[in-house]
Amino acid sequence: MSTGKKKPRGKTRSSKLRTDYLSRFAGRSYFMQGDESVAYGSLYAGCDFFAGYPITPATEVAEVMSAELPHVDGYYIQMEDEIASLSAVIGAVWAGSKAMTATSGPGYSLMQENIGYAVMTETPCVIVNVQRSGPSTGQATMPAQGDVMQARWGTHGDHEMIALAPNSVQECFDLAIEAFNLAEEYRTPVIVLMDGEVGHMRERITMPPLKDVKIRERKLVTGDEMIFGGDEIPPMAEFGLGRFIHVTGSTHKETGIRDVQSQDVHERLVTRLCRKIADNRDRIARYEEMNLEDADYVLISYGATSRPAAGALLRARAEGKKIGMLRLITIWPFPEGKVRELTARAKKVFVPEMNLGQLSREIERFSKCDVVSIPKIGGITHTIDEIYNGMKGI
Amino acid sequence: MADQKDKADKRRHRLFKYLRKEVLPTAFCPGCGCGIVLNCYAHAVDELQMDPNDLISVTGIGCSSWIPSPYFMGDTLHTTHGRPIPFATGAKVTRPDKTLVVIAGDGDLIGIGGNHLIHAARRNIDIKVFMVNNLIYGMTGGQLAPTTPAGVPTSTSPYGNVEHPFEIAELVAAAGASYVARWTTFHVFPLMESMQKALTRKGFAFIEIRSQCPISYGRRIGKRTGTEALQEYKETAVRAQEAAEMTPEELAGKIVVGRLAERDKSEFTANLRQLNDEIRKKDAGRRPEDWSIS
Repeated sequence: MSTGKKKPRGKTRSSKLRTDYLSRFAGRSYFMQGDESVAYGSLYAGCDFFAGYPITPATEVAEVMSAELPHVDGYYIQMEDEIASLSAVIGAVWAGSKAMTATSGPGYSLMQENIGYAVMTETPCVIVNVQRSGPSTGQATMPAQGDVMQARWGTHGDHEMIALAPNSVQECFDLAIEAFNLAEEYRTPVIVLMDGEVGHMRERITMPPLKDVKIRERKLVTGDEMIFGGDEIPPMAEFGLGRFIHVTGSTHKETGIRDVQSQDVHERLVTRLCRKIADNRDRIARYEEMNLEDADYVLISYGATSRPAAGALLRARAEGKKIGMLRLITIWPFPEGKVRELTARAKKVFVPEMNLGQLSREIERFSKCDVVSIPKIGGITHTIDEIYNGMKGI
Repeated sequence: MADQKDKADKRRHRLFKYLRKEVLPTAFCPGCGCGIVLNCYAHAVDELQMDPNDLISVTGIGCSSWIPSPYFMGDTLHTTHGRPIPFATGAKVTRPDKTLVVIAGDGDLIGIGGNHLIHAARRNIDIKVFMVNNLIYGMTGGQLAPTTPAGVPTSTSPYGNVEHPFEIAELVAAAGASYVARWTTFHVFPLMESMQKALTRKGFAFIEIRSQCPISYGRRIGKRTGTEALQEYKETAVRAQEAAEMTPEELAGKIVVGRLAERDKSEFTANLRQLNDEIRKKDAGRRPEDWSIS
């Protein structure tokens, strides 16, 4: 029996093939949907495996990946459901792929157990959730932002999540790359929390030159490092490296071997999994600030809602009102410090969302002033008027 | 110290090298069939002289998922309940050069994960599935399974099972698998041969292994030891060739063993690779101005 013998990889993951192919698009502009853009961003990030199941309004992500992945010797597979989709993604990652899936609310609900598995096994992967109106089948073709809290707490047990919310077609592209990079850096699943509005909206995007795109490669073991502990973010091993790795969603020791009875082993593992993200909150958190320097009133928004919110802001500013806006790009981990700092000098915070007030409660936890939710559900984004009129008392 | 340990290892059984030593002894109950399956599997791998580094074991939740995870030495992915086949699907697509083996139970593979089983058989993806069928949810203490025979009392069917069980091997054969067989833990030599066949034959291979659970199943039907179950398998097993000549009445209470299906059919990952090759060949011949976005 020969152990540890390295064999040539079964699959040629040629980065040259990928860059040659993508260079045909690089530097050019296109008019496309957010769903298509997030797919191209993922290809730029080095994604070579997609497993998914059709669902409105996320299907176009799968359509682009099924058409494009073969060109870069990647693989698109259509699974029997969303549970199987994320299962296949995680299996592909441990075999050496950079992998993703895309879905919407009902499929995202089905994926929750395996999202927890990816957290527990520290599997880098990307899950795009193009949110639609729920609960249940809801308004299947209509946008919403109702999965904000599910993205944070959808899977059981203590955990931290990374979720990014683009508000434009260009940003879908950019954040797909960011999502893959964060997944590799923190060895964790990353959610691209789009909404049906951004997913189906068409805008101009420019695909950047490949040399301008920073891609974080997987940090693999070089010697006999432990892959489930030791460092706060341990290096990964893949199947076939002769390490005989043991990957389990059960509580495990630093070596990967299951130990479900020891209180200290569980505490050490789960605390580390949470801390590696929570402690880096400020490094991960990205947001955009508008007119906040002298703001007495603050709009906090994200995703599609930030577009009419910006309109309401401009109108109020034109009337001389001292209002600014914080647009969250990273929703999870929540930028607690930034919200604390802004609300310390503000009189009121307004939070328009396409739900009945999900993130506004999180904002309340860290706010030193009143937080006013401006909810809207029913599958149609807020108008500028609705947000403007919702900002009472400014 | 290390020398002494090496010497001690050398005195062990020749198949000991296939086990993860730090997790022994196994957690299997006295009389459990899982040890027999592990033994047959290690023999099959050994006789084929397979490099354990070429094997990836994928398992689900339940007693029989513990056969390779953690006991068998090799890369191991211990997944969520019912999902080892789709996890293995992703790994196989990325590493088609590796042999993907799923060992799990009936509750995992046909209960919660039944949909994945038939779809993998339909795709004919090159994964080897050894399903240990003990007719019960053993790990949780003996609840009704989709394989429990009608009338049998379990902890969640205390008045007797009112459902009809699945005939799983036949179902997987109908779904399009390349190779399907059924054996029991009594038939160790044919099971080993069948495992070797499955491990070397391209395509989706499925072996249903009827196995005993004296603690959570046997004692409810008056068979409190593993040997009583093995005796039953010996007496009730009928070879597939003979079963083909028998009436349903004659087959009642029998276990049909042997090869149930073997067919040549194109394999999923090979099809994917062929598609990629064709597309890239076309790409190479295209002029830059012909490019448009997909």
